[in-house]
Amino acid sequence: MRPAADPDAIRTTTDPPPAGTAPGPAPRKRRGALRYFRRRLGFYLFTAWAAVSLNFVLPRFMPGNPADTLLRDLQDQTGQAPTPEQVHTAQTFFGDPTKDLLGQYLDYWKNLAHFDFGVSVTNYPTPVSQLVGQALPWTVLLVGTTTVLAWVLGTALGAYMGWKPGSRFDAIFAPTTTFLHAVPPFWLSLVALWGFSYKLGWFPVGGGYDPKVPFSLNNVWFVLSVLKYGALPACTLVFVGFNGWLFSMRNVMVTTVSEDYVLLARAKGLAAWRVLFKYAARNALLPNITGLAMAIGGILGGTLMTEMVFSYPGLGLLLMKATTGHDFPVMQAVFLMITLAVLVANLIADSVYVLLDPRTRDEG
Amino acid sequence: MTDPALLQVDGLSVDYLTPQGSARACSDISFTLRRGEILGVAGESGSGKSTLITALTRLQRPPAVTSAGRIVYHPADGEPVDLVAQSERALRRRRWRQLAIVMQSAMDCLNPVMRLGAQFTDVLRTHDPSLDRAAAWQRAGELVRMVGIAPDRLPAYPHELSGGMRQRSLIALALACDPDLVVMDEPTTAVDVVMQRQILAQVLRLRERFGFAVVFVTHDLSLLLELADRIAIMYAGRIVEIGSSADLYHRPKHPYTKGLRDSFPPLHAPLRELSGIPGSPPDLRDPLPGCAFGPRCPRAHAACEQAVPPLRTVEAQDVACVLYDPQNPEATAHA
Repeated sequence: MRPAADPDAIRTTTDPPPAGTAPGPAPRKRRGALRYFRRRLGFYLFTAWAAVSLNFVLPRFMPGNPADTLLRDLQDQTGQAPTPEQVHTAQTFFGDPTKDLLGQYLDYWKNLAHFDFGVSVTNYPTPVSQLVGQALPWTVLLVGTTTVLAWVLGTALGAYMGWKPGSRFDAIFAPTTTFLHAVPPFWLSLVALWGFSYKLGWFPVGGGYDPKVPFSLNNVWFVLSVLKYGALPACTLVFVGFNGWLFSMRNVMVTTVSEDYVLLARAKGLAAWRVLFKYAARNALLPNITGLAMAIGGILGGTLMTEMVFSYPGLGLLLMKATTGHDFPVMQAVFLMITLAVLVANLIADSVYVLLDPRTRDEG
Repeated sequence: MTDPALLQVDGLSVDYLTPQGSARACSDISFTLRRGEILGVAGESGSGKSTLITALTRLQRPPAVTSAGRIVYHPADGEPVDLVAQSERALRRRRWRQLAIVMQSAMDCLNPVMRLGAQFTDVLRTHDPSLDRAAAWQRAGELVRMVGIAPDRLPAYPHELSGGMRQRSLIALALACDPDLVVMDEPTTAVDVVMQRQILAQVLRLRERFGFAVVFVTHDLSLLLELADRIAIMYAGRIVEIGSSADLYHRPKHPYTKGLRDSFPPLHAPLRELSGIPGSPPDLRDPLPGCAFGPRCPRAHAACEQAVPPLRTVEAQDVACVLYDPQNPEATAHA
């Protein structure tokens, strides 16, 4: 017997069942997501415009006259007077005192649209776009693949470690990866190069492919040589790279597994893998996704040191050579590309995040 | 109350192992829960209520360990099993079909990146693999409708629901696989009093309909008086008094029960003077040799410090207090 426990006495108004049930999940929030995406896109377009315009403005505010300096360097390099076209492009990018700013600005955009960044000073008279175009695939191939590989490896291992913090696996690997994370990549590259290439002779000492094999993507031997030359730098990059992902994933995972919804998932008697993936890792993954997008944006910058150590013909090596040779057109083109790549990667991160975390989809 | 027993808890103890030594959060807990019965568990913060919940459902995580006792579960068909001795694998088959839980913070209990409906269908289809996707979704719709949520809210994400809806959907979720026992850990603390009444009314009505038993844990004794068939009062990890709601309210035996009762105003009776309980709960890492409530008890005397008093049947309820020890000269059995 219960005091005042007559259920009718406190009956609620909520019950009579409304007719009609939804037969399946409906895409009711798709519209909100699209609107969010459009707003973000607008923001990124504006940022891109600002970055490109800054690239135009900065040389014009530099003390002295960068365009004249560049043309003088060019003359020193080649021993002959620059052609009128070269003068024109140099002035498009670095300022022409005789033309009005607006006209220069429009010319600048026109050249950008044609991927015309002028000619390289150190590799005269190769156009900058050609130099960049040659280096780009190597970097995308090497750094892109290794970034993704390191991310997948680190995130998966981190999720497993954070699932059972304090387990033997965790106790051994957590300090090990902290140590490896602190190892500078170029140092490890040097050690790997010395050990595996000089001492053991398993891998070539440098370069991106075997120069004795004809350069053609249809040639199996060429592709194999690319893999052989890329193996050591790739392994080094993955080995250094995955530790950071592992560490951050593990730490987020440790706090996520103690969330109530993970406990409830366990109480529901769901299979262990489902609790791990759909409840714990699925939520712990979110910060790492942002991290991956940032890292992908950074790919175009190449990994300067690693590419240097392995003389890998990528953007990092190109940028390094341009810097030491004061090759401003090349530097400017590479920097512009890095900026745009970071922006695109951030846009992708934002969009993916909206798909992964419904809480960010809120309108308003 | 002639229903068969559903759960027999016998001498259950739970320890938290800390570097400073172990703390016994639940000590020698024994009670029997009958089919369809609502047992309320009341106590202050830190009295071991929530620890008891995770121990009953075998959901505790290190550093908590069940150090002694048995939790014997009597299925509707089949042999009784001791849940403490079951493997995680065997438990998983029982979870939700026989043993469901409603947890305290509805805010944090739903997976923020899954649609509400999906959090129903995954458990439905786990325990009934023959159920196809559409049928599971249909069933989820029926379940949420029972607690007054329109089925067209199923595709919503948890953050799009109000606090009350979330809490009610957790109750609907607990009933998804028609369990024998639903354990509820303060399911109404995060909602306002109006929603609290609605939820309690729904729990009672659904209990009438489906006949599940409930262990309902709260710090709010007044709430239990309206909801529970029987009430257990916990103090410092022990049950100090257990009996029917009416007996406990009208004829509390333990000084602590009296203190709890007198610290909130009665709803349907003339007002009486309210009084609190001075002091704070003891440190579980350093238990007293005698009654843990002694230092705060208005009727404490020398006998209280000698040994932990066992539960004794006094009239209609069981109480752990030396005042009811027939050998105690200070005993005032009919205080």
